[in-house]
Amino acid sequence: MDLKTNYLGMTLKHPLVPSASPLSHDLDGLRRLEDAGASAVVMFSLFEEQLHIESETLHNLLDYGRESVSDVTSYWPEHPNYASGPDQYLELINKAKETLELPIIGSLNCTSLGGWVDFAALIQEAGADALELNLYHIPTNPNVSASEQEAQYIEIIKAIRAHVSIPLAVKLHPFFSSLPHTAQQLAQHGANGLVLFNRFYQPDFDLDTLEVAPRLVLSTSDDLRLPLWWTSILYAKIKADLAITSGVHNHLDVLKAMMAGARVAMMASELLRHGLGRIPIILNDLQRWMEQHEYESIQQMQGSMSHHNVRQPQAFERVNYMRVLHSYNEDPTGRLL
Amino acid sequence: MSHDERYATMDGNEAAAEIAYKCNEVIAIYPITPSSAMGEFADTWASEGQTNLWGEIPRIQEMQSEGGAAGAVHGALQAGALTTTFTASQGLLLMLPNMFKIAGELTSAVFHIAARAIATHALSIFGDHSDVMAARSTAWPMLFSGSVQEVHDMALIAQASTLKSRLPFMHIFDGFRTSHEVMKIERIRDEIIRQMINPADIAAHRQRALSPEHPVLRGTAQNPDVFFQSREAANRFYAQTPAIVQSAMDRFAALTGRAYRLFDYVGHPQPDRVMVIMGSGAETAEETITALNQQGDTVGLIKVRLFQPFSIQHLLSVLPQSVQSIAVLDRTKEPAAVGEPLYESVVSALVEAVQSEQCERLPKIIGGRYGLGSKEFTPRMVKAVLEEARQAKPKRHFSVGILDDITHNSLVEDPRFTTPQQDTTQAIFWGLGSDGTVGANKNSIKIIGEATDLYAQAYFVYDSKKSGARTISHLRFGKQPIKSTYLIEQADFLGVHQFGQIERFPILDYAKKGATLLLNSPYGPEAIWEQLPRPVQQQMIDRQIRFYVIDGYQIAQSLGLGNRINTIMQACFFALCPILPLEDAIQRIKDAIQKTYGKRGAFVLRKNEQAVDNALSALHSVPLPDAPSSQKTLSPAVSPRAPQFVQEVLAPMIAGQGDQLPVSALPIDGTYPLSTAQWEKRGLALSTPVWEEDLCIQCGKCVIVCPHSVIRAKRYDASALANAPDGFKSTKARWKEAPTQLYTLAISTEDCTGCTLCVEICPVKDKSKVSRKAINMEPLRERRDQAHQQWEFFETLPETPRHLLHHNKVKDVQLLEPLFEFSGACAGCGETPYLHLLSQLFGDRSVIANATGCSSIYGGNLPTTPWRTNAAGRGPAWSNSLFEDNAEFGLGMRLAIDQQTAYAQQLVKQLAAPLGDSLAEALLAPQDRDDPSIDAQRERVALLKQRLQGRDDMASRDLLSVADALIPRDVWIVGGDGWAYDIGFGGLDHVLSSGLNINVLVLDTEVYSNTGGQSSKSTPRGAVAKFAAAGKRTPKKDLGMLAMSYRSIYVASIAMGADESHTLKAFREAEAYNGPSLILAYSPCIAHGIDMTRVIEQQQLAVSSGYWLLYRFDPTLISQRQAPLQLDSKAPSTPLKQYLYNELRYRMLTQSHPDTAALLLRELEGDIQDRWTRYAQLAQEATEPTTAPSTPSTPA
Repeated sequence: MDLKTNYLGMTLKHPLVPSASPLSHDLDGLRRLEDAGASAVVMFSLFEEQLHIESETLHNLLDYGRESVSDVTSYWPEHPNYASGPDQYLELINKAKETLELPIIGSLNCTSLGGWVDFAALIQEAGADALELNLYHIPTNPNVSASEQEAQYIEIIKAIRAHVSIPLAVKLHPFFSSLPHTAQQLAQHGANGLVLFNRFYQPDFDLDTLEVAPRLVLSTSDDLRLPLWWTSILYAKIKADLAITSGVHNHLDVLKAMMAGARVAMMASELLRHGLGRIPIILNDLQRWMEQHEYESIQQMQGSMSHHNVRQPQAFERVNYMRVLHSYNEDPTGRLL
Repeated sequence: MSHDERYATMDGNEAAAEIAYKCNEVIAIYPITPSSAMGEFADTWASEGQTNLWGEIPRIQEMQSEGGAAGAVHGALQAGALTTTFTASQGLLLMLPNMFKIAGELTSAVFHIAARAIATHALSIFGDHSDVMAARSTAWPMLFSGSVQEVHDMALIAQASTLKSRLPFMHIFDGFRTSHEVMKIERIRDEIIRQMINPADIAAHRQRALSPEHPVLRGTAQNPDVFFQSREAANRFYAQTPAIVQSAMDRFAALTGRAYRLFDYVGHPQPDRVMVIMGSGAETAEETITALNQQGDTVGLIKVRLFQPFSIQHLLSVLPQSVQSIAVLDRTKEPAAVGEPLYESVVSALVEAVQSEQCERLPKIIGGRYGLGSKEFTPRMVKAVLEEARQAKPKRHFSVGILDDITHNSLVEDPRFTTPQQDTTQAIFWGLGSDGTVGANKNSIKIIGEATDLYAQAYFVYDSKKSGARTISHLRFGKQPIKSTYLIEQADFLGVHQFGQIERFPILDYAKKGATLLLNSPYGPEAIWEQLPRPVQQQMIDRQIRFYVIDGYQIAQSLGLGNRINTIMQACFFALCPILPLEDAIQRIKDAIQKTYGKRGAFVLRKNEQAVDNALSALHSVPLPDAPSSQKTLSPAVSPRAPQFVQEVLAPMIAGQGDQLPVSALPIDGTYPLSTAQWEKRGLALSTPVWEEDLCIQCGKCVIVCPHSVIRAKRYDASALANAPDGFKSTKARWKEAPTQLYTLAISTEDCTGCTLCVEICPVKDKSKVSRKAINMEPLRERRDQAHQQWEFFETLPETPRHLLHHNKVKDVQLLEPLFEFSGACAGCGETPYLHLLSQLFGDRSVIANATGCSSIYGGNLPTTPWRTNAAGRGPAWSNSLFEDNAEFGLGMRLAIDQQTAYAQQLVKQLAAPLGDSLAEALLAPQDRDDPSIDAQRERVALLKQRLQGRDDMASRDLLSVADALIPRDVWIVGGDGWAYDIGFGGLDHVLSSGLNINVLVLDTEVYSNTGGQSSKSTPRGAVAKFAAAGKRTPKKDLGMLAMSYRSIYVASIAMGADESHTLKAFREAEAYNGPSLILAYSPCIAHGIDMTRVIEQQQLAVSSGYWLLYRFDPTLISQRQAPLQLDSKAPSTPLKQYLYNELRYRMLTQSHPDTAALLLRELEGDIQDRWTRYAQLAQEATEPTTAPSTPSTPA
């Protein structure tokens, strides 16, 4: 049984790739992922904004109270070796590449064009095999149009491409007016892959404290449907490798992702919830299913149920939406799901 | 001079520490101002892996006190290691017993001492020689340095000499004036150090060490038959030491070209008058004498290097034959002696020389004191001394530098005299502690030192506040060597980095004609002139000032740098002061930024570089009009309503004019009035809280957490508002028992530091706009006058009678009048809310013993004190003894009070007839400690005094003098963890075990806060602190558990920000317990490296993560067969990391040593889990009645 797949120019032994999560926070974690059988890993994201905040906080706290009282030059021992900025992240990639076989895909989220370019180059220099750009900006300014916002994204990918030679994937959110158009633009300007979709840490309200509180909710298989849908639509239309990264929890989810047209199926929630032992189980289940259904390879099924390849492509379009609503109305339990 | 690597720009502490580090193997340290930096340098270098001369990393060991450090030094020396320590003042005194031993055993060592005043009528952290002179009977040779270069040189000469002579040396330089002066010096290379230190001497030192391979017995006890002779056996070592030191100096001169003698003479070859002096004053004396001789005078100077062993022969060898009179200056005061030590030594030496016919005649010799506690010593004073020496009948024992209008010992100075400062540029910068001015000026002087051939010097003056402190930087640079060891009086350049300072202080007094003034101003070049006070305008015109303005805050804030305008103002300084080509200067500033901030991330680096680039385009020249036009005057230091003492004595101190106060103005014994902080309005905060009366639920949380007691609440009758100013806010009081009264929450905006803790803790949010709380920060500028007026009216509202309030409820406690207010503590200080609460609950009946530390500085550092009295004139009686003895000091107070109470009771019984039996009986009845009972007893004591008035018998007179002791009094012993866990622990343990009714409050910041963040035994495992740069490896001492082991001590562990009701309960129980009580109060501190606006939340996390336990151990429960320990914390529910990594002290290690951080985190988690389990078990333990403690009482 051939489980191999090609993603971002790499031949991976199977399509199951752990996505950005705390599982990759240190070398031990990366080693455990490799030992569990992951075919590649997307590192946790390096956030430029977080680096700025950390750097600024460090600066402010080190300087607070400095030289303000007789005999107190500072409240801290002089330390020449702070690892501030991206040093620790880069060192982790470097060590991982030195000690592991696992292909390493860096992950980056920046707030400035300079940051995107600089950090992308540093991640390449550290030895990453590819780089996933965690590209999102929450628009809160009503004066910025969708096209202006998208133009900024294109600007970023062009700038990075000009300075970085390793394969680039762009992790997208689903909130585009015309996702295929945006996807095509990104691919044309340097994206080798598109990862669908980013799950934001959407804030919640704490009614006791009246505070806005970010709350991480792990995905379920239901969350697969949105990326599945869009992957199917984009497949064969966009010259970039596709990856699905929400709602992949079992071998059936992997199979669906492949049939929609994804090159890899990424998972994090399942591994966080049930442990890395799920990787070999899912792979085993996957293989057995393929045997039972007489598939020879993963590549054989990739895109087989895409918008491009199904008999009734309108199943992916508005008609499909209306049909779903109709079916809910007919639900005998009367429950809205 | 040229800018090569032979030169370095450093301060005296670094100059000493560098040599000490290279020449020693073991360094035992303990922090004390102004010597702490030497230990910190050594610790940092060791943590960086720097080696000494022999390739070893010296072993640095922090001890629990200077006494401990001296003991460790003694032991290390006996075991053969080259060993040193650094200290000053009280620290040196604690070392004396070991110093006698080390000298008696003829053991080589050098102690480097930043000489500092010993506390007498008051503590002074500043420099004089009273500490080293108190140590002179230890018989250690005393080698003095007068400048940073000399510190570097003498440190090595002392090291070479001690190894050769076998006598231990004190190497002494003036605290602050030299220890903290930054100067360009020639650095001693390692090969020179090697050539100075004889390996054979080291081998001999090691050979004398204790070793089982060739054992000896040392430290015997001797009987009358031989002790005396044994002491005399060491004489020859003292006799030969002066020659050994001179030999080392000669060898040093051959190697470096810098020649010294035991007594160095400079001046006229045939002087009629000679001054003798040692330390930094000798530099100013040389500058002055050179100037006087150039003007035709005939004067000379002897700089004393080796004060003891005092070599008569060496003195005579430099004393010119022509001298008619000698003026000896001492930087110490020994009022009970004939004269001060140097004077007495010179007199003895010359008398002996005459009598032994080494000298033909005895010149006239006079002695005087100068520079006590870092008092300035200027050329005017040197001239005054030499003028006095010319007199036929001079003052034999004078003082100089002050006006002594009581004993008239002081000399009159010529106010017009100055020394020429040719080719030297002088610059003064006024800044705020938080704006980075001092750091930038240190950088500037290093740039000048390294980039030019100029000599360079910098010295910094700070006020004593911890928040909003004023800093003044004095920079000199020029082509001539700089010997001016005094502050600049006339500057070529004045930088005023905070606009408010030019409105309050006579800054232009310091401007030379044609000087440049750079002002950081929110007003641009067109608007600034009208904003200046008229006297300032006049002075600027008269002195033809070149005037420039820049809005540094605007630039800094636009870049997200807050109020750190350091690099902005630094760039302007180099632009206006043509020292270097501007491009070169800017590049060097950026290089310095890279060096200082490089490791803090590219983002920070870019912002600071951008600040430099933006500065020059925002710098504007302001042309001066021909005449002043402003109607503004300089702000008065205090309100005209202030009492006379405040007006006449404290106001000049506040205004920076304390040097002008005569002796007669000052209290003779260091006793000062309370209630003075209210007059020192500092106006620090740009935004202050505003109360929203419609939302407020009157819970009182903001009042209880306010670190500066600026938020006050009152409940009052509506009629009290008759004369309320417009806009004065009030609302219906929410107390069932006061349904008709009104309530106001007021803010003293001029005393607020803007810390925002009140907003942080406010539990109420507007239901329609959650960002609006019942108290919110708002800019003050536009409402300053109105806010001040409202506060003044609020102060006139009546206090709620104490007996009407429930002292066990936070809501009611907010209405108790605080007797601690407006301290100079840091914004957001975690300690002061506890003192504020203590003062509210028990202030009118408390005597406070306060250990040296932050709380003694913000509590008792002049000019003002936050402790205050109530309307009846009662309040906390406060005193500070020392750092190490505070528990014992408080115990002594308790003993005295109890003794006087017993005596008073005895006299009441004796005088029952004249007093009246019923009054006597009531006076002697057991006293409750609630307010009505205490008030009733006060009334009875007043009646007693009335009835005894006029009686002439001894018993009546005695009872009148002790009658106040019949009123119950609390003794509160207050201090930080450095005191309680380390230096004062032995005493604290003893005092707690005494059974006496004392209350101990430990303000636990888990670090030495006052001396700048050194590790204490309260510092938890994994925290980074000075002396624990790689993270503390051992766990925090469980002081509470140690105290509980006595089972007779009330112990509480509290965190006000986490649970203010628990804190209140603990205070009340501790005070009510008739025996010793100990409260461990978690106190967030800037030394934790935390955003001080978030300390409330951080305390909550500390408790919910189990990092800090809330508990109360009440011994009285034992006899009730209940578990005495009540664990008031819930089981840890928050991950520890969530607490820890909000604080730099824990985060730092993750960024410098991530593996160590991970290991220590696991261990700390283990510590915390173990402690929780242990306490939880103890809290479950039922107690057998047999283990109940005996009732605490005064021992017989």
